[in-house]
Amino acid sequence: MLNPTLAQRDPAAASRLLLTLLAVALLWPGLGLSELDLGVLFDGSNADTMGTFLAGFWPPEHGGEFLALLWQATLETLAIATAGMALALAVAIPCALLATRALSISALSRGGRPAWWAQALRWPVRGLLIVLRSIPEIVWALLFVRAVGLGPTAGVLAIAITYAGMLGKVYAEIFESVDPLPARALLGAGASRLQAFFYGVLPQATAEMLSYTVYRWECAIRASVVMGFVGAGGLGQQMDLSMRMFAGGEVASMLLTFLLLVLLADLLSRVLRWRFA
Amino acid sequence: MSTPQAAFAADRPRATEPGPALRLSGVGHSHAGGQPALREIGLQVAQGERVAIIGPSGAGKTTLLRLLATSLKPDQGQLELLGQQPWTLSAAARQRLRTRIGLIHQAPPLPPRQRVITAVLAGRLGLWSLPRSLLSLAYPLDRQGAAEALGRLDLADKLYMRCDQLSGGQLQRVGIARMLYQAPELILADEPVSAMDPVLAAYTLGVLNREAQRRNATLLASLHAVELALEHFPRIVGVRDGRILFDKPTAAVGPDELAALYANEQLECEPAPQPALVQPLNIPRC
Repeated sequence: MLNPTLAQRDPAAASRLLLTLLAVALLWPGLGLSELDLGVLFDGSNADTMGTFLAGFWPPEHGGEFLALLWQATLETLAIATAGMALALAVAIPCALLATRALSISALSRGGRPAWWAQALRWPVRGLLIVLRSIPEIVWALLFVRAVGLGPTAGVLAIAITYAGMLGKVYAEIFESVDPLPARALLGAGASRLQAFFYGVLPQATAEMLSYTVYRWECAIRASVVMGFVGAGGLGQQMDLSMRMFAGGEVASMLLTFLLLVLLADLLSRVLRWRFA
Repeated sequence: MSTPQAAFAADRPRATEPGPALRLSGVGHSHAGGQPALREIGLQVAQGERVAIIGPSGAGKTTLLRLLATSLKPDQGQLELLGQQPWTLSAAARQRLRTRIGLIHQAPPLPPRQRVITAVLAGRLGLWSLPRSLLSLAYPLDRQGAAEALGRLDLADKLYMRCDQLSGGQLQRVGIARMLYQAPELILADEPVSAMDPVLAAYTLGVLNREAQRRNATLLASLHAVELALEHFPRIVGVRDGRILFDKPTAAVGPDELAALYANEQLECEPAPQPALVQPLNIPRC
């Protein structure tokens, strides 16, 4: 009403257009750097090779002996992922509690901002979490396969180390993202940090934490398969063997098993979220 | 500014208690932006006294209560609570002191998914060991204590409900029940009845005052409703622009002082000044 031209022109339009152009200008060279060329996929001989490889996928292998082997490998994969996650949680939860600013007593009287020395004490823990998660699990797996020999132990340790870093970081951020006032009120009434965590932060963070943990468990299943290729046991090792023998049917059965596992994880996550949200 | 209250403090009968519950002298506090919220506050309250803090919005009532709850650190002046200077104590001793101070928040900070019983029992966390608090989280141990605290506020039937199933006024009463369960020596209440209807507000303030008297706890409450303050509290502190304007027994508070406390320059500049500025403030906010 104040100014008729104001209604005609969106003042944010120019900056939005500029940002879009900037994003395109930055991403375009990326295509060149990654040498992405979709044409290669449809090149005569390449397409034929892939075609024969994929044609071997049908029908999926379902012989009794193979299914028993598959069952064993699936259990092993689940065990690797679960044991790795359990170890990771044992490291991640204490680290997250140490790293989060949500439980700072010094922040209480500073409007939510911890004192600099309290922040300085959190940095080593944050640094540890960064180191843990910045080295890919496959590198740890290669290292541990040399140290403890072929088999699931290497996979478990590799998952535990990398996932401890990821879970610790994300948990600390979840704790900071919930409403800080309940925990602050408890700290202000003389509760300890851990008490304030269990009564003030955890009730609000449960659903988010569960959902992320189940998602990471799903990722751990996938990671354990990848690590199987370097000899860390489970479905991955089995798949590696089948691929070397060009047994497409067996690979297809294993991929179907994967699909089931991921569906299972999704279902579990949904049930848990429904129960705790 | 400090003369009337100094005179008041001088002719007050010496309390029989060993020391004052709280003593402030020259206390000042500035917000993060640097603008002063409280200036030169001098206040002494004896153990067992009940004081209402009134004043216009933005006068510094909440800041004052947060200073007393040790959730803010004064920039200047001396602050003594329950015979101790909180900001000269070690962090652990300060946490112990905090267990003896109960703050009722205007909007009780309770996790929405938490059950009422857990929220009430959390009042005594400062006195509980960690194993005991964890056990109580899984299986509430002192159900009787929580039920009793809630029963005083007519909420015993809400014991096992979730906090997000309660109304704003019910939540405020859960916050009060938590404080009753904490059983502090110093009770601080920041607009404790702002979300309640007038009848419930009067009833709840009555409960709060009776409980404070029964336990010989000191009670300081900030209130928007002047009528409630005059009715329930024997001593009134008027705060305006971060200073204490008056501090007297309720009987000595006159209408002209209340008018001066709430006088609003900005509203008076309006072309049609409202005739009764004090009037709307008597209506408790719902």
